[in-house]
Amino acid sequence: MDLNYTPEQIAFRHEVRAWLDANVPVTPLQSFDTAEGFAQHRQWEQTLAQGNWGMVTWPKEYGGRGCNLIEWLIFEEEYYRAQAPLRVNQNGIFLLGPTLMEYGTPEQKARFLTRMASGDEMWAQGWSEPGAGSDMAAIRSKAIRDGDEYVINGQKVWSTRAVFADWVFCIFRTDADSERHHGLSFVLVPLDAPGITVRPIPQLNGLPGFAEIFFDDVRVPVANRLGEEGQGWNIAMATAGFERGLMLRSPARFQETAKRLVALYRAHANDILDLSVEDAVVKSFMDAEAYALSTYQTASRLMKGGKIGSEASVNKIFWSELDQHMHETAMRILASNAELLPDAKTETDTGHWMDGFLFAQSGPIYAGTNEIQRNIIAERLLGMPRK
Amino acid sequence: MDFTFSDDQRVFCDNVKQFLHSEVTPERLRSGWDSASGRDDTLWQQMVDLGLPAMLVPEAFGGLGMNELDFVLLAQECGRVALAEPLVETALVATPLLACQAERDTRCASLLEKIATGERRVAVGHAVNPTVSDAHVADYLLLPNGNEFHLVERERVKLIPMQSVDPSRRLFKVEWRPEEETRLVNGAPGVAALAATLNRGALGAAAQLIGLAEAMVEMTVQYTTDRTQFGRAIGSNQALKHHMANCAVKTEFAKPALYRAAYTVSQRPVHADFAVSHAKVAAGEAALLAAKNCIQSHGAMGYTWECNLHIWMKRAWALDKFWGHSGFHKNRLHQWLMNPNAKIGADKTFGEQG
Ligand SMILES: Cc1cc2nc3c(=O)[nH]c(=O)nc-3n(C[C@H](O)[C@H](O)[C@H](O)COP(=O)(O)OP(=O)(O)OC[C@H]3O[C@@H](n4cnc5c(N)ncnc54)[C@H](O)[C@@H]3O)c2cc1C
Repeated sequence: MDLNYTPEQIAFRHEVRAWLDANVPVTPLQSFDTAEGFAQHRQWEQTLAQGNWGMVTWPKEYGGRGCNLIEWLIFEEEYYRAQAPLRVNQNGIFLLGPTLMEYGTPEQKARFLTRMASGDEMWAQGWSEPGAGSDMAAIRSKAIRDGDEYVINGQKVWSTRAVFADWVFCIFRTDADSERHHGLSFVLVPLDAPGITVRPIPQLNGLPGFAEIFFDDVRVPVANRLGEEGQGWNIAMATAGFERGLMLRSPARFQETAKRLVALYRAHANDILDLSVEDAVVKSFMDAEAYALSTYQTASRLMKGGKIGSEASVNKIFWSELDQHMHETAMRILASNAELLPDAKTETDTGHWMDGFLFAQSGPIYAGTNEIQRNIIAERLLGMPRK
Repeated sequence: MDFTFSDDQRVFCDNVKQFLHSEVTPERLRSGWDSASGRDDTLWQQMVDLGLPAMLVPEAFGGLGMNELDFVLLAQECGRVALAEPLVETALVATPLLACQAERDTRCASLLEKIATGERRVAVGHAVNPTVSDAHVADYLLLPNGNEFHLVERERVKLIPMQSVDPSRRLFKVEWRPEEETRLVNGAPGVAALAATLNRGALGAAAQLIGLAEAMVEMTVQYTTDRTQFGRAIGSNQALKHHMANCAVKTEFAKPALYRAAYTVSQRPVHADFAVSHAKVAAGEAALLAAKNCIQSHGAMGYTWECNLHIWMKRAWALDKFWGHSGFHKNRLHQWLMNPNAKIGADKTFGEQG
C-alpha cells in the first residue's frame, strides 16, 4: 500500500488541470436534455477529443491515452473540480466502451470506439421494456435473422438521451422461442434507421431526458451484434458491472457536491435551527470520502488483475443513496427557499440544488433498483437462499 | 498510488486467522467467563510464540518490527473471533507507546523485551476511557495524568472491578498516585503520546468492530438458511435479505476508511486524527447495525444467553463506545470540516500532494 501519487501522476494532474483551466466553457452549458444544450455538449465532447481527453483510459489507437485507472480517477477529480460539463456521452464512453473493449471484434472497436472518443457519435442504452424493468430477462423485443441482417420489432423504454443520440445499444431476443435470459443478443442500432420511432418522455423537471423507442421491421447488419448470438445476457451483466461498480459515477462528482454542501452549510449556519443538519453535512462529506477511498481500492485491485463481481451492487447502493442524502441535506439547509428553481433568481443563486435533488431521486431506480441490488448482495455476495 | 495490501500482509493475516479460528471458539470464550481472571495464559503464550504482542516493536527490542498497516487486518480477525485476550491493545497501543520512549528510558526497553518473551504484560489507560481493561493481568500499567504518562507497577495501584455487559471484558477503575519516579513522559512529548495513544486505541477498536460486524452477518446468514418457517428457509424472505445487505453495504464502506486510517497512523501520524475518527465512526455504525439486524433476524433465539450471537453483539456495543464514542469522534470531524481553512475536495482525498 502506498497512498502517495507518483511524480508522473502529479505531473499528469497538473497537465489535466492546465488544459481544463484553459478550455472549460466559462458560461455553463444548457441542459443536455434540450436540443440546444445537447448540441453544446456534443461540441464540448469534440473539444475534449481534440485535446485527446475523450476517454483517457482507452488505447491511443482509438483516441485515448492508454492511462491506467488511477490516472482516470485523477482526470475525473480534476474534471469535476473544474466544473466541466457533464459527459453527454456517458452511456457510450463509460458503459458501452468498456464492453466493446472486452467483447468487440477489432473491426467493431475501430469503428465504434474511435467515433465515441472523438465525440462524433452519441449513445443511448436500450434495455428496459414496458414489461421488462427490474425483470430484464422478460425482454420481448425481437431481432430475427434474415441473411446478413437482423429484422427488429418491438419497443424499448426509459432510454436516456435517446431523443438526441445517434446510436442505441440494445438487448433483443434473437431466438424467438427462447425464454428468460437465454436466446438474447447484444445489438448496436443507428437511431436514424428506417422503421425507428423515438417518442420523448418528459422527466420530473419537464425535459425529455429519456424516450421510448419503437422498432418496426428495422434492419441492421449482423456485424452490429456484439459477442456471440445468445450471449447477450452475459454481456449485459458485464456492462452493468461497469455501470454499478466503477465507471458511471466516479467519486469526484460526489466529493465536489459534498464540498459545495459544506460551503452552503457554512453560509447558512446562523439561520439553521435544526441541530441535526450539521451532522448530516458531516456525514455526507465522510460518505463521499468513503466512496472515493473504496474506488481507489477497486481501481488498485483491478490494476493487479482483479475483477468486478457482485460487490458492484454494494457500490451502486452506496453512491445513489449518498447522492440522495446530500441533496436532502441541501434542501434542509435551504429550508423555505428549497423549492425555488434556478429561474427564480435568488440572491445566493441556489436553485441548482433543486435540479440535483430531482435527479438524485432517480439514482436508486436506474442502473437496477436498490431493492434488486440488495437481493443480489444477499444471494450472491452473502449466499442467502433464493427460495 | 496503490490501495491494496501486499501478498505478504495477506498471507501473514491468513495464518493468524487460521490460528485464531482453531483456538478461539465460543466454548473457550464461555469457559473464560467463569474463571477468576477471564484470561487464558496458554492462549496468550501461544500468541507470544507467534510474535504477535510485540509485532510492532522494533527488532532491536525483541519485536518483529512491523507496522500498523501490517497489524490492522489481524485486529479485524481478533474482532471476528471476539478474542478476549488484550492482543490488540498490547500490540497496537501499549508497546508502540513504550517503544517511543525506549531510546531514552531503559525501563521501557527492558519491558518491551519481556513483553516479547511473554514474561511481562502491560495495560493502558486514557482519559477517553473511564476504565482500564485487562489491568488485572498486567504487570505494569501505562496511566495518564494530565499531560503525562506514567508507568506504574500493578502492585502499587488499587484495582476496582467494573463489571461489563460483555462477560469477556474485564474492566477496572484504577486508584493510584503519580510519583516523580513513575513518570514516563510529560510536556509536549506527553501531549503527543496521549494523542497518538488515543488514535491507536481507536484504530484498534475500529478494526475489531469491522470483524465483529462481518462475523455477526456470517452467523446470521447461516442461521437464516438453516431455520425454516412456513415451509422454507427464513433467509429466503426479502425482508431478512435486505437486513443483511444493509449490513454489508455499511461494512464494505467502513473498510477503506479503516485502511486509510491505518496507513495514515503508520506513515503520517500528525494527520491521523481525521482519518481515525472517520474509521471509528464508520466501523461503529457498521457494527451497531449488524448487531441490531442480526438479533432481529434470529428471533427469540437471538435474545438468549445460549445463542452465541450475544458474544459478538455485546463486544460491538462496548467497543463502539471505547477509545472515543461516536460523539467524541464526530466532534473531531465537525471541527476539522467546519474550519474555513479545511483543505477539502476531490483532489485531496489523500491530503495535499504536489
Ligand atoms: C432516470 C432514469 C434513466 C434510465 N435510463 C435507462 C436507459 O438509458 N436505458 C434503459 O434500458 N433503462 C433505463 N432506465 C430504466 C431502469 O433501468 C428501470 O427503471 C429499472 O430497471 C426499474 O424498472 P422499472 O422502472 O420497470 O420498475 P419496476 O421493475 O416496476 O419496479 C418498481 C418497484 O418495485 C420494486 N421491485 C420490482 N421487483 C422487485 C423484486 N423482485 N424485489 C423487490 N422489489 C422489487 C423495484 O425495486 C421498484 O421499487 C432508466 C430509469 C431512470 C429512472
